[in-house]
Amino acid sequence: MDQPVSAEIVERGMRADFLEGARKGLPLIVAIAPFGLLFGAVAIDNGFTMPEAVLMSAALYAGASQMVGLELFGQKIAPWMIVLSIFAVNFRHVLYSAAVGRRIRHFTFWQKMAAFFVLVDPQYAETEKRGEAGLPVTFAWYMGLALPVYLMWVLEAFVGSMFGNLITNPHAIGLDVILPVYFLGLVMSFRSRQHWLPVVIASGAASVLAYKTVGSPWHVSFGAIAGILVAAILAKPEKPEAK
Amino acid sequence: MMSTITWIILAGAIVTFLTRVGGHLILSRFERIHYRVEAGLNAVPAAVLTTLVAPTAFTNSWQEFTTLLFSGLIATRLSMVPTFCLGAACIILLRYFFPI
Repeated sequence: MDQPVSAEIVERGMRADFLEGARKGLPLIVAIAPFGLLFGAVAIDNGFTMPEAVLMSAALYAGASQMVGLELFGQKIAPWMIVLSIFAVNFRHVLYSAAVGRRIRHFTFWQKMAAFFVLVDPQYAETEKRGEAGLPVTFAWYMGLALPVYLMWVLEAFVGSMFGNLITNPHAIGLDVILPVYFLGLVMSFRSRQHWLPVVIASGAASVLAYKTVGSPWHVSFGAIAGILVAAILAKPEKPEAK
Repeated sequence: MMSTITWIILAGAIVTFLTRVGGHLILSRFERIHYRVEAGLNAVPAAVLTTLVAPTAFTNSWQEFTTLLFSGLIATRLSMVPTFCLGAACIILLRYFFPI
């Protein structure tokens, strides 16, 4: 007698959680749509086919690193360097993963795998916010937030690649400068981080120097290493007395 | 036969998934991370992305430099999408009125 009633309540609760998550995802969908479309269009311009563009959005689901992959592929850089650069840009997810992992301990193994697969920046931010507010981070809520955003991202790659085929003069509409503008916007979004300016100056100077001397693709590695070293050198221990 | 692009995508997908699952599996086992390592990790995205902007800004003509300078300045006031649209408008107009 009790069984079906409680099952129904659980199901209703799951649906409510899913919808609550989906509502949180709505503004995200609007905000990232231009970039999903742009990715598809630029992918075609850099020699990708439509299925390849869609596959990349579906398999990586990591906007900035997808753009980095396109940019480097367009520059005819060795494949392993491209993969390494994708890894480097996505390395921040290690920190998200460690943080979100604590909030989803109650998920099953496969639920965790699915949850980590869709762990993009806003997913991390919303999950932390909900966890900190003391609200339950259920699998239904998590996927309610993640799934619509993910599906739209994949769809946008498809629609964008259709537009990409229509672009006849990519230079005139500045397609080659659009990605650096996008990357610069991302760089600026990190500006509240500690020692951001010295890191950016070191990376920028080292990358221009390497670009003019040893040449592409080494400007990416050398520039990044310079910035990371500066951050490590300037870092101060949080609690000097802790031992 | 799979294309080079497909291989890059699949390898890229694997390393991306490793970063998303790895923090939970590896980093959470350590009680604390050395502060220099943590600062270095925090700096990775800004450091990598800067290297994709600086050469475009400083090794091309003045149109590219102006566009990126302008975009960087408006990024301090506006969010990502408007910054991006104004930056794109800037390069389109500069190239239209001052073709190389």
